[in-house]
Amino acid sequence: MSKVRVLVGTRKGAFILTSDGKRQQWEVSGPHFAGWEMYHLKGSPADPNRIYASQTSGWFGQMIQRSDDGGKTWEAPGGEKMPAPDGTPPPASNKFVYDTSPETGKPMTTHQFYDGKPHPWEFKRVWHLEPSLTEPDTVYAGVEDAALFRSTDGGKSWHEMAGLRGHGTGPKWQPGAGGMCLHTILLDPSDPKRIFIAISSAGAFRSDDAGKTWKPINQGLVSQYIPDPKAEVGHCVHRIALHRSRPNTLFMQKHWDVMRSDDAGDSWREVSGNLPTDFGFVIDVHAHEPETIYVVPIKSDSEHFPLEGKLRVYRSKTGGNEWEALTKGLPQKDCYVNVLRDAMAVDSLDACGVYFGTTGGQVYASADAGDTWSAIVRDLPGVLSVEVQTLP
Amino acid sequence: MIRVLLPPHLRTLAKVKDEVALEVAAPVTLGSVLDALEARYPVLRGTIRDHVTLQRRPFLRFFACEEDLSHEPPDTPLPDAVVSGKEPLIVLGAIAGG
Repeated sequence: MSKVRVLVGTRKGAFILTSDGKRQQWEVSGPHFAGWEMYHLKGSPADPNRIYASQTSGWFGQMIQRSDDGGKTWEAPGGEKMPAPDGTPPPASNKFVYDTSPETGKPMTTHQFYDGKPHPWEFKRVWHLEPSLTEPDTVYAGVEDAALFRSTDGGKSWHEMAGLRGHGTGPKWQPGAGGMCLHTILLDPSDPKRIFIAISSAGAFRSDDAGKTWKPINQGLVSQYIPDPKAEVGHCVHRIALHRSRPNTLFMQKHWDVMRSDDAGDSWREVSGNLPTDFGFVIDVHAHEPETIYVVPIKSDSEHFPLEGKLRVYRSKTGGNEWEALTKGLPQKDCYVNVLRDAMAVDSLDACGVYFGTTGGQVYASADAGDTWSAIVRDLPGVLSVEVQTLP
Repeated sequence: MIRVLLPPHLRTLAKVKDEVALEVAAPVTLGSVLDALEARYPVLRGTIRDHVTLQRRPFLRFFACEEDLSHEPPDTPLPDAVVSGKEPLIVLGAIAGG
């Protein structure tokens, strides 16, 4: 029987939740890396026992951790190696250095700060890790201040894909309230050269040559909180999702507005429809139904909790515009948690399982595509990210 | 042997339970002890000092013999009591956050 492994990153450690295909009884493992902020954990599609994790701390900086046994044991890649006899320092899995070389770095010296003044790029943390679909040793990292890094040696060393920051609009990028983070990385399963990324608050970008060159894909986005609401960049994209069978169709939860593109991001249209509020962070797509999507509406950008104290997932089976509230098993009074941008995921079982974590420490699961919900755990530290692995 | 006392999270990373003991050639300085610490425990590189600038991370401080050495240059000789092993060099995390 199939199994499900849910990888949960929280403000004070990582947790791994496992169940059989029925998804009724769960085992909880953790905290792993107790006391550290675990921004994101994700398993390799090519080797499910290979899991990468972003471990961060305001005191000690960034660490990358790797497991090769499904999360039972962990190591910092390369961290155990002593320096070579010739004195060459070993690679450092937590060394993220922006490209400043004349050949590829160009003069990428500043972005805009909150006040609009130029500000130097400073690495702060890894928000998102996206393992290659085919190579277990290849993994991408989305970092703050916004940049894309790649490792091809299992996380031992990292190199910036400088074409993103260097494509031209980088000096105009500005941080969102949570920092200037590259939080979404989508690899096109039908085209290994196509990558989508999103940055708060710069917008969405696409590469069609495996990350060498990039272009903004924000046409159709309207953001009233920036001087030019239809600007090429500056939009606070919170999350993008796609269905692997239709990678030209993208769904976006923006700061405000739920959006859809059917041309790989070249143009967007709003599909917020009858949502009670179109502010939110997460968005995801049903594993087997490319037109079924999920969001969790949040009251506003100044009140990061559900409307009326009712935690409701909204599902559209029509690719947007027509939404239904899913409430069965979710708290419908006095609930004032948030669901952060990387904290929703789906499994690929039949029926599709949907999972999300809250800033109040609950991880909710639905084994019937959202019709009913129950909490796997209720009292974890605030949840930063949720990923799911469906195992044979 | 030079004794170094690390904050709990760094002891966990380095997989040590107690103080670290390091052999460091004379002259024993703040910088040479940190170099030896990172050579012995590569996983600590970047957690105490920045990889590139080698600047102390802002929320960490260095103390020895009740003296704050945090703002001393890396070639500062450590006190005799540290060099003799009588006292440890303390890497201390700021009390901040929740």
